[in-house]
Amino acid sequence: MSDGTVAIGIVSHSPDVARGAAEMVRQMVGTSVDVGWTGGNADGGLGTDAAQILSVIEQIWTPAGVVMLVDLGGAEMNTEAAIEMLPADRQATVRIANAPIVEGAVTSGTMASTGADLEAVVAAAEEFGG
Amino acid sequence: MSETQQPRAEATVTLTNDVGLHARPAVRLTQTAAKFSSRIELALGNQSEWHDAKSVVKVMRLKAKQGSEVRFRAEGDDADAAIRSIVDLVERHFDG
Repeated sequence: MSDGTVAIGIVSHSPDVARGAAEMVRQMVGTSVDVGWTGGNADGGLGTDAAQILSVIEQIWTPAGVVMLVDLGGAEMNTEAAIEMLPADRQATVRIANAPIVEGAVTSGTMASTGADLEAVVAAAEEFGG
Repeated sequence: MSETQQPRAEATVTLTNDVGLHARPAVRLTQTAAKFSSRIELALGNQSEWHDAKSVVKVMRLKAKQGSEVRFRAEGDDADAAIRSIVDLVERHFDG
C-alpha cells in the first residue's frame, strides 16, 4: 500500500469503447485513480496497436502497478506484447485482468481507489466473472 | 476460558436514495467501508447471508432497491466509527 495507487489501463478495438469505459471510471470512482485508454489501430480503424498500448502504460505506470482491461483477441495479444517491451523490472507490475472491460474497469478502479495493492485490484476485476 | 472480543457495531438502514444500491452508490459504499480496518458486512432485509461490504462486486450483486432495508455489521477496533460513517453515507444518499 505504500507504493501509491494502482493505475487502470483500458484497451479496446474501438476508441469510443475505451474512452467511454475510462470515463465511467472517472465519473463513478473519481479522479484519485489514474486511468489510461487506447483503442483503434494506427489507420484509425477498429483494432489495437502495441506501440499505442505501450505509450498508455508508460503514461500511467506507477510502482504500485497497473491493471489492464482488454477486449477481444488482438487486444490481449498486443497488450502482452506491449508489456514485454517494458523494462524487465516493470513487466511484473503490469497485469492483464481476465474480466470484461467496462465492469472490470469500474470494479478494479473502485478497489484501486481504496489504496489496495495490485493483487487485490486484479482480484476485484476478476471477481466480476466469478 | 475467555475469548478476545473485538468491538462490534451494527445498524439497520432503509435505502431512501432514488436508485438503491446501484453501481454508483455501491462504489461509494465500498470506498467508505475500505477506510476502516474492521471487517464490515451487509445483509439485505430479512436475509441471513452476510456479504463483504468492501467488495464492490458483492455489493452490486445484492441489487438492493430503493426502500430496501439493509443491515450492516462491523467487527474490529474501528467498528463504531465504520458503522457511523456508513449510516451517514446512506442518509446523505451516497452523495460525495
